[in-house]
Formats: sequence, C-alpha cells, structure tokens
Amino acid sequence: MGSSLRIVNGRVYDPANGVDGEVRDVCIRDGKIAADAPPDAKRIDAAGMVVMPGGVDIHCHIAGPKVNLARKVQPEDHRYDVHPRTRVTRSGTGGSVPSTFATGYRYAGLGYTTAMEAAVTPLGARHALEELHDTPVIDKGFYVLVGNNVLLYRLLQEGRLEEFRNALAWWIKVTKAYAPKLVNPGGDELWKGQRNANITSLDDKIGPFELTPRKVIAGFIEAATALGLPHPVHIHCNNLGHTGNVATTLETMRLAEGRRTHFAHVQFNSYGPAAGKSQTNPTSGAREIAEFVNTHPNISADVGAVMFGRSTIMTGDAPLAYMLRQFGGTKWVNADTENESGCGIVPFTYQDRVYTNAMQWAVGLELFLLSQDPWRMVFSTDHPNGGSFVTYPRLIRLLMDREFRKARMAEVNQKALDRSGLRDLSREYSLNEIAIVTRAGPARLLGLTRKGQLGVGADADVTIYEEDPDKEKMFSAPRYVIKDGELIIEDHEFRVDHEGRLLHVAPDFDPGIEQVIEPFFEDFYTIRFANYAVDDRYAPHHEIIPTAPQAAGARP
Amino acid sequence: MSLAFTLRTPPTVPLEAEVLTPARLAGLSAPEAAKLSVVHGNERADLGEFFQVQGTADGGGAGEFRLTGDLSRVKHVGAGMADGRIVIHGSVGMHLGAEMTGGEIIVEGDAADWVGPEMTGGRIVIKGNAGHMVGAASRGSAVGVRGGEIVVFGNTGNEAGHGMRRGLVAIGGDAGDFAGVSMLAGTIVVLGSLGWRAGAGMRRGSIVTMHPVELLPTFSYACTYAPLYLRLLLARLRRLGLPVADAQVSGRYQRWSGDAVELNKGEVLILEA
Repeated sequence: MGSSLRIVNGRVYDPANGVDGEVRDVCIRDGKIAADAPPDAKRIDAAGMVVMPGGVDIHCHIAGPKVNLARKVQPEDHRYDVHPRTRVTRSGTGGSVPSTFATGYRYAGLGYTTAMEAAVTPLGARHALEELHDTPVIDKGFYVLVGNNVLLYRLLQEGRLEEFRNALAWWIKVTKAYAPKLVNPGGDELWKGQRNANITSLDDKIGPFELTPRKVIAGFIEAATALGLPHPVHIHCNNLGHTGNVATTLETMRLAEGRRTHFAHVQFNSYGPAAGKSQTNPTSGAREIAEFVNTHPNISADVGAVMFGRSTIMTGDAPLAYMLRQFGGTKWVNADTENESGCGIVPFTYQDRVYTNAMQWAVGLELFLLSQDPWRMVFSTDHPNGGSFVTYPRLIRLLMDREFRKARMAEVNQKALDRSGLRDLSREYSLNEIAIVTRAGPARLLGLTRKGQLGVGADADVTIYEEDPDKEKMFSAPRYVIKDGELIIEDHEFRVDHEGRLLHVAPDFDPGIEQVIEPFFEDFYTIRFANYAVDDRYAPHHEIIPTAPQAAGARP
Repeated sequence: MSLAFTLRTPPTVPLEAEVLTPARLAGLSAPEAAKLSVVHGNERADLGEFFQVQGTADGGGAGEFRLTGDLSRVKHVGAGMADGRIVIHGSVGMHLGAEMTGGEIIVEGDAADWVGPEMTGGRIVIKGNAGHMVGAASRGSAVGVRGGEIVVFGNTGNEAGHGMRRGLVAIGGDAGDFAGVSMLAGTIVVLGSLGWRAGAGMRRGSIVTMHPVELLPTFSYACTYAPLYLRLLLARLRRLGLPVADAQVSGRYQRWSGDAVELNKGEVLILEA
C-alpha cells in the first residue's frame, strides 16, 4: 500500500471497461487503479506483454474441515510435490490438495488474486476461516452449506417463510460467509436416514419432511433474492454425476423463474441418457444446458471442467462420494455434520481412455465452446474435483488453440468423443474472452464491483503475462503479479509476501429470529448457541460486501 | 581403490544423504565427493563435514563404495539407486535404499525403520536387525515393494512387507506385528516367529513361517502340502547365508487362505511340527 506504479506499453485486456487489447498505461496508487501516477512512480515496461485484472476463481475447494481431511487421506500426494520456502514465502506441500500456504502462492503464481471456497458447513466456518487466514496473497471467501439444514427445512415445511429468510440471513452473517450454497438438496437427509438412499428427482419426498427438492430450491432462491445478496444462491444440483441428469438440471434452472441463480460446475450436471448397449455410459447434454443458459440471462454457471490426471473428489454430496468410491480405488472418507450437511472424499484419477472420463472432458469443453455469453458461463474445474487449479493454463490452451485441442482429442476414448458434440466445434477463445471467463465474468457474478476490472477505483490486482503462442506456457507463469498495488511477483519470482482479505456479506435480519434458532440448538446441536457465531477475531483482515438493500441505504 | 567414507563427526540430528548412491559418486575423487551437499537437520552441509573420504570412485554407475561407522542417523543411503554396490560397516539410518531399482546394499550392522520402501529391484542384505516397515509402502501409498529382495538376518519390527506387490522379504529372526499387512502379492519368509495379525488385509501373496502362529479369524485352513517352489526358495535363501534347516526345506506346510475380508487369495504357510 502507499506505493505507486505505472505499467506502460502493455496490451490491456479489461473487458468490463470495453478495453480489448489496446496498448495503454495502467496506473496504480494506494492499492487502487488510478487515472494517473506520480512522476516518480515505479514503471513496469510491459512491451510484448498482456495486462489483465487478477484472476477470480468463483468455485474451488481450498479451506475447511473437508479440505483438511482430503490432505490427511493422501500423504502420498504431498511427498513428490514439496513447495519449498523462499526468502519471502513459506513452505508447504502440493498435490491435488495443496496446503494452505502453497494454495495461496500457487494461485498467485498463476495470476489469480481472488478465490471462493465453495462449500463450508456452518459448523466448519471457524476452521475454514482459520485456513483462509493462512492462505496468502489472494482475497477469499466461502459459500456456506445451507441446502440440507434441518432447522431451515422445518421453517420451510411449516410455511414460516419470513422466519426462513431471517434464519438464512442469520446463518450467512454469523458464519461470515459470502453466499448460500445448496448441495444435492434433500440428498443428505435420505442418505443419513436410509441405506444408500439418494434423491433421484425434484419431486422426491425428503425423508421425514413434507418437502421436495423443488420446494427447497425455490424457497432458497426466493429468500436469497429478497435478501439482495451480491452473489445469488449457488447450486450443486441433484443427480450430479449421474447419467441422464440433464433433465434434472434443466428443471432446476426453470425453478429460478427469471431470478438470478448460479449453477456450480454444470459439466457434472450435463449428461444425457445412456447410449448404445451400455446402461450407464452417458451421452453429452452440453448443448441443451448451453442453450438454456444462453437464452436465460438470469442464469449463470461455472463449467467445472474435467482435466485428466490426479484429482480429489471432495463434496458435501455424500451419496455421490459413495457412488464414486467404487471406481476410485483404495480409500475414501465419509463424514456427517450434525444437522447441517454430509461430506465425502475420494482420491480419483481421470483417465483419457475411459469412456466416462473422456465424455466428462468433452462435455466441459463443449459447454465453453457453445456458450454465447462468456460473462455467464465462467471458468472452473471445481478444483480439485475436476482437476487441480494448476491445470488452468492447459484448459485455457484447449480453449484458445484448436490444433492443440484436436491433437488431444485424438488421444482420448473415441467412442465417447463420437457421442459428444466436440468434433463439430472449431471455435477458439480470444484473449478477451479468456479475460472474461477467468476474471471479469466471475467478478461480476460475485457482485465484486472492484474486482475483475482495471477501471479507476478498482482494486489494484493486476497480472502481466508475457505473450507466447503457447498459451499454456503463457498462462502458467505471469511475469508480474500485483495485489492491492503491491508488486508480489516480479520477473516470475516472489518479492514480498502478502495477506489478502476475507470477503464476506452481513445481511440484515430481524434479531427476533435468534429466539427461534436458539431452542433448536439447545435441543439438537453439540455446540451451545452462544459459541456458534464466529466472532471478528477470525477475520482480522476483511471486507464486507454490501447487500442490495445495504448499498441502497448507504446512498444519500 | 573405490571410495571409502568413514564417519568422523557423528551427526547430532538426522543427516539426509541421498547423494550416497553409486550414480552420484561415479567418477568423483575423494575431495569432490566430500563437497557433495547433504541436509543436516534443516541446514545444508557438505558430506565432508561428517565423513573422511578416501580413494576414488569407480567409473560408471555400477561402482562400489564403502561406509564405515555408526550411521544410524544417516538417512536415505542408496535411495533411488539403480546399480552398483554399497557396503556399510556399521549400522545405518532410516529409508535405506528407498525406491531403489537395482544394485545391492550390504549392511554389516543394524538398519533403522523403512528399509527399501517401495523398491522395485535390487537387493538389500542386513546382517543385523532392522526396524519397522521393512519393504513397506510409504504412508498413503497403496503399493509397496514392486520387486527385488530384502534379506534381514536378525529380527524386524512391525509391518514388514506392508502393501508389497512383488519380490521377496526374507527374515532370519522374528517379525513384528502386521507382517504382510495389505499385501497385494509377493513373498515374505520368516524363519523365526510371526507377530500378531500377520497378513491382515492381504489380497494375494505368501507369508511363510517356521513356527506356530495364531492367525486372524478371517484366515481358513486349506490343506497341508510340500510346495515345490518353497523348496527352491529356501535353498536359495540358504545360499544367501540364512540358517535354513534341512527339515524346513523338505518339510510339509499347512496352508491357510486369507484374508477373507479382501480377496482371500493370499496364503500363510506354517511349517508342520
């Protein structure tokens, strides 16, 4: 902070401000983008380089109890990937689930400056916040799991909609979360109550409740819309990973009825019915999903692309983890979180010769290539579920380089490829579109007005890449990374360490709701009500993003 | 004359010496070898700060060198080696010959834990005792030794042959608990007695013992016979210097199948008294 910078001669990609590869100066003052910089400001000559806002990851799994379980269950993943300390940065371990410090440095090392942990149980919020605090450089936040919450279900079932909305706001605020997350709504209740049971359609009855996933999802969309959250409900649909789930996904999207709703890692929810003689091999449903998103401006999604190689399935969707463990190999974890959620972890390897894995890879690419609005179909691999975030540069190359994509297509399971639509797609992403799907788009969907753009007053999170025909190489190692105006990486090397901010929301609610919640706690929780809310010590460095009513009220 | 290292200053904390392989030392003079970098605790140091080095390395990767002294705090000796020979006059520390693919290591004294984890070839001979996890899978890995031989004249600790898939672990003395736990295939021969829960979770593979043993309830008696392969194997172990008695070579063995919680295709062979 306090220092000023002037980046000159770089080709600037700032889609939020309509700047598409123009050579112009970018000035930084006091951690923000400024119209000008003082004459003695440090100059960075970015000739032959590309200047973009810092990357924004809208959906990844990087902190909290389940991430830590995933680290603990695969020590072998860390042995060969040691992240050594440097003069300014700390050490860690890598693999598909890196340690907290390595996570922050590796994100920064790819030019990312903001990332959202996508699934934390309310009870795990403290742990997640402590880990996020130890995740350097990047700004971060998390989505809180509310889609299988017993008390919220009760309120919804009894039609106490105002209390439901207040309770949702309470839960988001006291956990310091950024957005509400639904994971396979209703699935956990069945999974916990019956042997190997799961939700199969939006109209299944949810265990003992007089509720269906349809009613639950609609209720959450309604409440989140009323609260005016900067990021809407973030949904992991029912039937994720199952052949033929495209119908469920489309039905869920229709429930939004014009209201903003975000669909997480839709690739995993875009599978058509089984093909040929097989009972289980999915076809591609990417075209239907892409078409629906294209024509419904209230819907947004991140792709959740699959990249071949080691990954870790890490989900609040416990029955899904149970299904995958039979393909996954030797070990898995299943955990339950009281009245709040389930959890499953399976170390997994995607193989290009395996039909289903190749289909998943193709569906992810199809979604990208069929999307007509990059602002609403944004970049993710659901790290580490579809692949580690360190594979992002390769995914970018697959989108930008048709020949590279073709060469890779020749190596994967051809039957799967035949049944996908990938062969018909010759589109190549431009740098401007990459800047949208990796930065400007996610920032806009998150309601982070000062991120993902380089307009005056924006956070000075800037990445400078050296242009290279090999886009994988180009995006693997930015020459400079600037966070909050500080030059973190210079000439590919860390110069200083940096602590990012926690981004969270604090929606207003009627304090009377605590009288409704407290008795439930005393009856059913292992933790006292008074000890549940996370206090400010867990977020020493934070920024509250206002809800729509708060932002409107703040204006004179 | 090949290189000879004599421990002059015993390390006070573990010394990580992956450089002590025939390939790394190939063609080096004594002063050059003394300059090689090791990690002492959390600090880098030169090999020469701890060892007196004499001689000149043999050319090529297939050279031989000797280590003398109490090396029980020197770790990773011969780790990843592919050929050549290391002779250790004294005891040696953890991770001896870890992930080695070929060559031979002879230890005249004792070895600490983790002898030859995940090795794929070559031979390790320990004349004394060895610690836990002889020929084991590293923590988290599903597969341990994939080939090669480990011969221990003395006793070993727990989990010998953990997760091994191929190869041989031969123990002249007693084995600790959980010998052959989660074994996928391969052979473990114990001339002494087995500890508790031998072969727990084994899928395939053979565990041979010369003494009565109480097995897990998931092992079931199959037959008593004199397997031909065992005769050949024991004769070979005798040539390697293990005290194999004639009665063991020509003896009949009870075959117990297990572990039924897994494939049930493994076997524990117990010499009939």
